[in-house]
Amino acid sequence: MTRHTLSVLVENKSGVLARVSALFSRRGFNIESLAVGPTENAELSRMTIVVDADTQPLEQITKQLNKLVEVIKIVELEAVAAVQRELLLVKVRAPMADRTQVLQTADLFRARVVDVNNDTVTLEATGTPDKLQALLAVLAPLGIKEMAQSGTVALGRGPRAMSGAGTLRPVEHTA
Amino acid sequence: MNSTTPGDSATREAATSLAGVETTARSLAEAAAEPVTGITGAQSLVRSLEAVGVEAVFGIPGGAILPAYDPLFDSRVRHVLVRHEQGAGHAATGYAQATGRVGVCMATSGPGATNLVTPLADAYMDSVPVVAITGQVPSGSIGTDAFQEADIRGITMPITKHNFLVTDADEIPQRIAEAFHLAATGRPGPVLVDIPKDVLQATTDFSWPPRLDLPGYKPTTRPHGKQVREAAALVAAARRPVLYVGGGVLKAQATAELAELAELTGAPVVTTLMARGAFPDSSPQHLGMPGMHGTVAAVTALQKSDLIVALGARFDDRVTGRLSSFAPEARVVHADIDPAEIGKNRKADVPIVGDARETIAELVVALRAEHEAGRTPDLTAWWAQLDRWRETYPLGYDWPEDGALSPQYVIERLGAIAGPDAVYAAGVGQHQMWAAQFIRYEKPGTWLNSGGLGTMGYAVPAAMGAKYGCPDTTVWAIDGDGCFQMTNQELATCAIEGIPVKVAVINNGNLGMVRQWQTLFYEGRYSNTKLHPVGEDGRPKPVRIPDFVALAEALGCVGLRCESRDDVDAVIEKAMAIDDAPVVIDFVVGHDAQVWPMVAAGASNDDIMAARDVRPVFGEGQV
Repeated sequence: MTRHTLSVLVENKSGVLARVSALFSRRGFNIESLAVGPTENAELSRMTIVVDADTQPLEQITKQLNKLVEVIKIVELEAVAAVQRELLLVKVRAPMADRTQVLQTADLFRARVVDVNNDTVTLEATGTPDKLQALLAVLAPLGIKEMAQSGTVALGRGPRAMSGAGTLRPVEHTA
Repeated sequence: MNSTTPGDSATREAATSLAGVETTARSLAEAAAEPVTGITGAQSLVRSLEAVGVEAVFGIPGGAILPAYDPLFDSRVRHVLVRHEQGAGHAATGYAQATGRVGVCMATSGPGATNLVTPLADAYMDSVPVVAITGQVPSGSIGTDAFQEADIRGITMPITKHNFLVTDADEIPQRIAEAFHLAATGRPGPVLVDIPKDVLQATTDFSWPPRLDLPGYKPTTRPHGKQVREAAALVAAARRPVLYVGGGVLKAQATAELAELAELTGAPVVTTLMARGAFPDSSPQHLGMPGMHGTVAAVTALQKSDLIVALGARFDDRVTGRLSSFAPEARVVHADIDPAEIGKNRKADVPIVGDARETIAELVVALRAEHEAGRTPDLTAWWAQLDRWRETYPLGYDWPEDGALSPQYVIERLGAIAGPDAVYAAGVGQHQMWAAQFIRYEKPGTWLNSGGLGTMGYAVPAAMGAKYGCPDTTVWAIDGDGCFQMTNQELATCAIEGIPVKVAVINNGNLGMVRQWQTLFYEGRYSNTKLHPVGEDGRPKPVRIPDFVALAEALGCVGLRCESRDDVDAVIEKAMAIDDAPVVIDFVVGHDAQVWPMVAAGASNDDIMAARDVRPVFGEGQV
């Protein structure tokens, strides 16, 4: 599988998310994850989309996205040149006998305890998808009761900003 | 934010690709409209349509759009009351394709709006500039499953270039201006503006021109000089080039530039179904239409070429046949205004994003430079081969053995008598392919059809729209009896509104193209393709249902019938002489006629059949 992380600046208007997701579904592009949120500019939202570009070339995906009138700019964030994070909330079975092990695991992964009761502990962890996968693998034998995980959000490293002048390398769509 | 004021240089530059856009931009720039305060949203809508230069709207009123129809009653924008919203949409498309201006249709919420879905999808596939205005249930009722509520914005997202739901009456002029700008510039397409009833009724102010706020919309019209020079170098070096011309050349009004390029290169030209008329059929350089039912010469020229210069064409599956075996030795120069088309189906060696007119004009300049540098290719051997294919496998047809009238003959005679100045609008099926094959097109905007979506029922309303936009031109709808029964109600509109179109119904009593496939691929099992009444013995009953002559007369048209070869010319001439009413000719033709040549669906273009069981031989002396 060929994963690519696209950071997409879109107009902050109703219906934009529907347009983007409908485009992916109609054209048969695979979305690994999608996260939408506000930006430093109230008129713009940022969508971080992780796509699996095995079925369709990335170029076709970005070209079709660029055709959406409300899409302002698309940048591919390469793993080495970007900070990528996901947020994980996981409710783990933690009876007194296992509790220490759960808390030690949390410590090792720099996860925080955000809720606790006699039966379970809820942990909050952020990190790369790989790190969160590793955490989940360790917790799984203890018993994961419930979990919620965000899509990836990402920003390019270095001083430059995507919405300003002298931006990161935009995805070429001249060809 | 990259907001532009209409009429500024950027807008004008982006707008030069279509006559309609020039009109739009000019009207916007003139700002003829006086600012007005304290009017309704509906009045603001109608003033916006006037200011943007709309001549006519095709539509039907209903509850949610009703406020708009009151100021429309007094407006200089004419409204053509159609009989079905699908007719309104295709009429807007036909109007746009024949005139180059933006076509406009209007409908109410719910079923009115959903009836526009087919023509919007049609216009989207064929890149036709259309603006659709729909009423919506009042803002407070949206989402409650209110009477006649449909989420038309959601429904039309994948079949429009863009769409809007207007939430504030103050936005109306801006949204209308944006809709026309989007529809007509870049790669043209349909845009829908949905306006809730309370927004139409609200009090607002009107001023013109509004500010366009489309920061994410910047179509590239200017081709990249380096790419153009690379393309010219390939053309100058090619030994077997083909100019593969698509509908984009017509959209960009680039036919004069194309003629120059063709002359300069001396290369063969093929025009797709969407581009018939972009290059004169009378030119010896024209090999005809490529694709599933294209000429053997056009299909084979692409297949054997060493360089394809694609101009405003998109390598549709109906042109390429099995993609993996399409034109295996060809390098590809692909010029299109839509970057997403380039490389979508076929890899481009030299991609050029830009308006077709500018691109071809610059290509001519770059190619002249190549020639001046002594790089002029010799295409003699290529032409010898092309001429051999053209002479050995010309378009043709056999007369039915049972003595029935030949549909190809009818269409051929129609084209000969009505001539190259007439506009021809076809439905979808066998008659469409024969009309593409056997009428000689010489001029742009004279061939209208539903190419991408393949919408049966397109012909009559599209012809109506074309005739409305070009009242001094003869407009023929060439329709099948299947298609005709889908949208003939618009003939009542034509009769009442004074739009004298002419309709040739190629009546074979069957869904002819489907029947042809059943003959070829389903062992002649004619499941549900007979439209005429059939007796228990399987033979047609001697009764006409419907009787198209009687139907035409019931719809306020002149109805004529022709059943024999000897009458064909006379009945066409009779129809040509009638100018004050729509005319319908029921051409009763044989049902076994087939469209040839043919590349079966999914087959390679190498396996083109010139006629049934006739496989061309190309083997000898390949270059």
